[in-house]
Amino acid sequence: MSARPIATSRSSAGLPTGKLAVWWVIVSEIVIFGGLLASYIMYRLAHDAFSEQAAHTNMWIGAFNTLVLLSSSLTAVLAHQAAEAGDGRKAARLIWFTIGGAFTFLIVKSFEWTFEIQHGFTITSSTFWSFYYTAAGLHALHVLAGAIIMMFVASAAAKNLELHRVELIGVYWHFVDVVWIFLFPLLYIAK
Amino acid sequence: MAEHAHAAEHTHPNYVKIWAILVVLLAVSVAGPMIGIRVVTLITAFGIAIVKAYLVAKNFMHINIEKRFIPYIVITVLVFMLLFFAGVAPDVMKKEGTQWEKPSWKSSPAASATPAHEGAHH
Repeated sequence: MSARPIATSRSSAGLPTGKLAVWWVIVSEIVIFGGLLASYIMYRLAHDAFSEQAAHTNMWIGAFNTLVLLSSSLTAVLAHQAAEAGDGRKAARLIWFTIGGAFTFLIVKSFEWTFEIQHGFTITSSTFWSFYYTAAGLHALHVLAGAIIMMFVASAAAKNLELHRVELIGVYWHFVDVVWIFLFPLLYIAK
Repeated sequence: MAEHAHAAEHTHPNYVKIWAILVVLLAVSVAGPMIGIRVVTLITAFGIAIVKAYLVAKNFMHINIEKRFIPYIVITVLVFMLLFFAGVAPDVMKKEGTQWEKPSWKSSPAASATPAHEGAHH
């Protein structure tokens, strides 16, 4: 075994501190995204005009990206399963599939935003589009951050090192998936 | 370390099957608006979103086999969100109340999405 940092070798509150930290991040993120989405819902309910603006978003692109994130969550949890079985190479391979999903999501989103901006829907166009770009943009930053962290985790896992981190990044990734699960109906379906 | 041993002991569900269920639910949520009934759209969009989030949290994040305080703390922040909504919504969603009003909503087209249109309704 390699020398392990205290964050993973010490247990706090009955959990490895690394896992406790990930859950702490997640509950903090729930407040951030929850506040944003709650504010969006308030405005959405107060302004029928929101639905007119939402009509310009493309549901099929949103649905495709939802499928991509759900599939990347599958590979992330299969990577966790492989890591638990001690198969670091398989875990690393599955994490790279997850990273592929992350970048597919971001590429699709960049094309989608380019199209929308070219048609005059910018962050300053209206309150709806301000929410749209803020919420989806913040989420996209989380996707990018997750992808970068997964590269480090996959590199170590391929050498059968720090396999517990596969689960930790997986939990974060599933949370990013859950946020999108709520963003999708709010921004693309409720028109 | 005991937690790691505990985590390794738990049996994994069939993840591919859960993913398939999630994809079917996604298809239903996309098909919902095509029926053209607002209530159906709301149920298929947001009802299914809640079910999907539950499936991911339970089966992928394994929140059901984590230490008990983890789901408790998650529920706590969700309740905080509801309190936030309940406390702020009346102020955000109303344009006037007892001895107050939002003149900008009535006069400024930039205050909301397209208030000129909305103003025509009220």
